Amino acid sequence: MHKIELHKVVKRFGQNTVCDGVDLTVEKNQMVCLIGASGAGKSTLLRCINLLEPIEDGEIFLDGEDISIPGLNPQRVRAKIGMVFQNFNLFPHMTAYENAILAPRRVHGLSKLQLQSEIEALFERFELADRMHNYPDQLSGGQQQRVAIVRALAMKPEVMLFDEITSALDPQLVGDVLDVLLKLKSQGMTMVLATHEMGFARQAADKVCFLKDGKIIEEGTSKQVFDAPKKSETKAFLARAFK
Amino acid sequence: MPIPEAAGMTRRERYEQKQRLKSLIIAAASTICVVAALVIIVPMTPGWEKVQKSFFNGEVLAKTFPKLLDAFMVNVMIFAWSAPAIAILGLLIALARDAKSPALFPLRIFGAAFTDVFRGVPVILTVYLIGFGIPGLGLPRPWNSPFIWGSLALVLTYSAYVAEIFRAGIDSVHPSQRAAALSLGLSERQVMRDVVLPQAIRNVVPSQMNMLIALQKDVSLLSFIGPVEIFRQAGVFKSLFANFTPYVGAAIIFLIVTIPATRYADYLMARQMRERS
Ligand SMILES: Nc1ncnc2c1ncn2[C@@H]1O[C@H](COP(=O)(O)OP(=O)(O)O)[C@@H](O)[C@H]1O
Ligand SMILES: [Mg+2]
Repeated sequence: MHKIELHKVVKRFGQNTVCDGVDLTVEKNQMVCLIGASGAGKSTLLRCINLLEPIEDGEIFLDGEDISIPGLNPQRVRAKIGMVFQNFNLFPHMTAYENAILAPRRVHGLSKLQLQSEIEALFERFELADRMHNYPDQLSGGQQQRVAIVRALAMKPEVMLFDEITSALDPQLVGDVLDVLLKLKSQGMTMVLATHEMGFARQAADKVCFLKDGKIIEEGTSKQVFDAPKKSETKAFLARAFK
Repeated sequence: MPIPEAAGMTRRERYEQKQRLKSLIIAAASTICVVAALVIIVPMTPGWEKVQKSFFNGEVLAKTFPKLLDAFMVNVMIFAWSAPAIAILGLLIALARDAKSPALFPLRIFGAAFTDVFRGVPVILTVYLIGFGIPGLGLPRPWNSPFIWGSLALVLTYSAYVAEIFRAGIDSVHPSQRAAALSLGLSERQVMRDVVLPQAIRNVVPSQMNMLIALQKDVSLLSFIGPVEIFRQAGVFKSLFANFTPYVGAAIIFLIVTIPATRYADYLMARQMRERS
């Protein structure tokens, strides 16, 4: 059974078809990278998987269960799928620690005391222990993004979605965040990334999907897609990306 | 001219210090001129002596001021119980107007009607209608008190405005905050309570401060239906002394409270502008 399976997923905004019959499978422990020009529909696809956007047609399965049934309560699904955004989206009125503890408390109904050691351990694991009680505006971009990752991990998700999480960072801070992704991968997290970090995708992805105009035009291992792309669109995109 | 503190300053800092000093001198000089002109010219006007006697009579002021202060405590009291009620009702109306569930549709209609009605009627009319109307039903004490119904009129009117400010605050929270909160598995309700509202409320503190200042002044409207608050007390003294100075005294008392409050609200507003930019 696939961890995630998308079957002919269609998403429209008005007349604009943003996901145009997308088929995608993600296996357990796999890291899948979505690449493609901006506007190709990468973010929208991730938002659909997390049920932040309802889809017009097709199905999305998580562990074989159809989670795209209209009317299904999305909370239970979202609690199992973590998401990290380009602009961090930390809650500015809470400290890093409060950001991380909020959802486990509310959704899993655990007490602060029950969660304390676990959340603290997460901050330690990502070298943020000394920053735990800072507010987001007291943290660098790289630290904020790592806190956002910790916040998502605090829910113990089975899958993590990352939407261009290094695009808003100063170049010298990108490495720290990518290291976190490698760490998660080595620990067996199932991950889907939308990314412009081609070097990283090439090195770390188990599977790469090239999107254009809401369609997956080409997919394969990172070797196949980066070293021997078949489609002319993929070649053109990669030529520009690695110029 | 070398300025003594100039040592160790950059050229730019020296220039700016000089400019500041220059502005300060000009501002001071022009203020002195204007004040001097007022002090010299106004007393030369033909009616000044009469005006001074009936509006700026030191003797009357000294006699009435303590009692005016006492009466002002009535304003403070009415303000003190109305303000929290307004905050709570305003927030509830704002939430009712943004309710999404179809079961709560009547609540939405009610919220919209409420804000339309109470923003559409002059405060003084609401005070009259509720303040005279409800005790007119012949309710037993203490339910015929104009304090209660007058305050209620203020609460209803101000809640309508305050609710609209809260709604604007809710709209000012970026949708990405909602998305992030939802993605963690929180329910719509939890997202509102834990993520959106705290930010929305913080964003509208300066605007709500201005509502509080307006409320503090509008408490005086209750004088028309009975309570002897400061405006009414000043009126009593005016008749007693056949002199308008008590009104000036009342104005002074209001200003002592409202000017610092207004400055503070402006300061909060300016700080928020800086934080956003
Ligand atoms: N909420 C929305 N409403 C309308 N159009 C949207 C919305 N979100 C995205 N789009 C459109 O969908 C297309 C794909 O956007 P997106 O998924 O953000 O692409 P990518 O992440 O690959 O840059 C774009 O044309 C964008 O304008
Ligand atoms: Mg995007």
